[in-house]
Amino acid sequence: MVLAVETYSFLQTVPLTDFLFGTQWTPLLVPKSYGVLPLLAGTFMIVVGASLVAIPIGVASALFLSEYASDRAKRTLKPILEVLAGIPTVVYGFFALTYVTPLLKTVFPETQVFNAASAAIVVGIMILPMVASLCDDAFRAVPNSLREGAYSLGATSFEVTTRVVFPAGLSGVLAAFVLAISRAIGETMAVTLAAGATPNLTLNPLESIQTMTAYIVQVSLGDTPAGTLAYQTLFAVAAVLFLITLGLNVLANYVLNRFREVYE
Amino acid sequence: MENRVILDIDDVCIRYGEDLAVRNVTLPIYENQITAIIGPSGCGKSTLLRSLNRMNDFIHGCSHTGGIALGDMDIYDPATDPVEIRLRIGMVFQRPNPFPKSIYRNIAWGPTINELKGDMDARVENALRRAALWDEVKDRLSDSALNLSGGQQQRLCIARALAMEPEVILMDEPCSALDPVSTARIEDLLFELKENFTIVIVTHNMQQAARVSQYTAFLETGKLIEFGETEDVFTNPKNERTEEYVTGRFG
Repeated sequence: MVLAVETYSFLQTVPLTDFLFGTQWTPLLVPKSYGVLPLLAGTFMIVVGASLVAIPIGVASALFLSEYASDRAKRTLKPILEVLAGIPTVVYGFFALTYVTPLLKTVFPETQVFNAASAAIVVGIMILPMVASLCDDAFRAVPNSLREGAYSLGATSFEVTTRVVFPAGLSGVLAAFVLAISRAIGETMAVTLAAGATPNLTLNPLESIQTMTAYIVQVSLGDTPAGTLAYQTLFAVAAVLFLITLGLNVLANYVLNRFREVYE
Repeated sequence: MENRVILDIDDVCIRYGEDLAVRNVTLPIYENQITAIIGPSGCGKSTLLRSLNRMNDFIHGCSHTGGIALGDMDIYDPATDPVEIRLRIGMVFQRPNPFPKSIYRNIAWGPTINELKGDMDARVENALRRAALWDEVKDRLSDSALNLSGGQQQRLCIARALAMEPEVILMDEPCSALDPVSTARIEDLLFELKENFTIVIVTHNMQQAARVSQYTAFLETGKLIEFGETEDVFTNPKNERTEEYVTGRFG
């Protein structure tokens, strides 16, 4: 409700098209400009980068856990993954700033101190346990009778994994992706620390950027007086964020529901 | 007996951990005949059946001793590739387990991954015809196999096994999840299939064993109590326990 009211009064001052399609985001500086695109681009870059890290590793480890791992390996690996999920996000941010960024610098010397790549990598590590555990659930839900059927037709375990288990669990995997992506979009602390606070319409991951969530932190921490336009931008950005994650969750639910109907 | 032994089960014991599920079973399976394995629940008949194509490999803690030979192939020789065994010994399971794919791709799946040669369309049609399913599905081969009825799904699974052109087909209570009409259709089918294939069927339906099989093995608590021609086992059993079982006094 608050979100809608404040967003509405924000849009009274700034036209919707300027907000959605403007390429400059400088609500706190003069000249003021309210194009949300740089923040969206920043968020987008984190999401893509984090997905590139989390999805392949997550799916691979889920397949390994559900199809290949011995009970002992499972007992060791699962808790490790869960520990990754339990680390506070601010620690991840710090890790990005003090470890990942210097590492990136040795490979790409032009890397800035605050950069999207490093933040994306740690966000990827952060959502990895979620991707792995949701995919693991999806693969485990594939009935054993399908695996046996495939083996009885002379399939190797690799063929069973790639041609039966993976496709049968695919909708669960997709749902995991969508949930992981919405988690990456919403991620705040690590990106605020590691990616910087420079609303910057760029697709170069080595530059400093700002995501929607990081902007919200920045403005909420400062002394922006309530009721001003700058204050209202918070709500406008939050509304965009909310709509995106809501959309993604609805999508994930839809995919999951389809998934449940697959075997019967 | 003039029938040729295709599968030779020699002194097989199967353990789940410490439990002995199958004890010293020695049994010949004759070529182009239907052999039924009967016995009360938990007697080890499914376990024995699954050992024939090494499906027990996937069961944690299951161990095997004794020899099983398919022609000149020793199934439990560590050097034998289980994939090779399963190309020659197909299997149909208790519950229909079609892949969540189209009817066509269910049949074509095995031949595709094993890179069998020949015209795939012809192979699919042939398999479906042999499983007496062709006329019902020929116009909707691209429909999902999951839209078929239970009986049709089970015949699809039989067709899927047939498409690999195995020598032996193992059936683990293939009718237990089906209604009487579907069951009758599958039993009719078995008669036709025996012309080209050897069938081993596990069933706890004694009428079914009597109707479809030429040979019957009766198992109790993992031991082979009696094996012989079906007619003898049912009308003139040598063992008291067999007689009590087939006349319905227990089990």
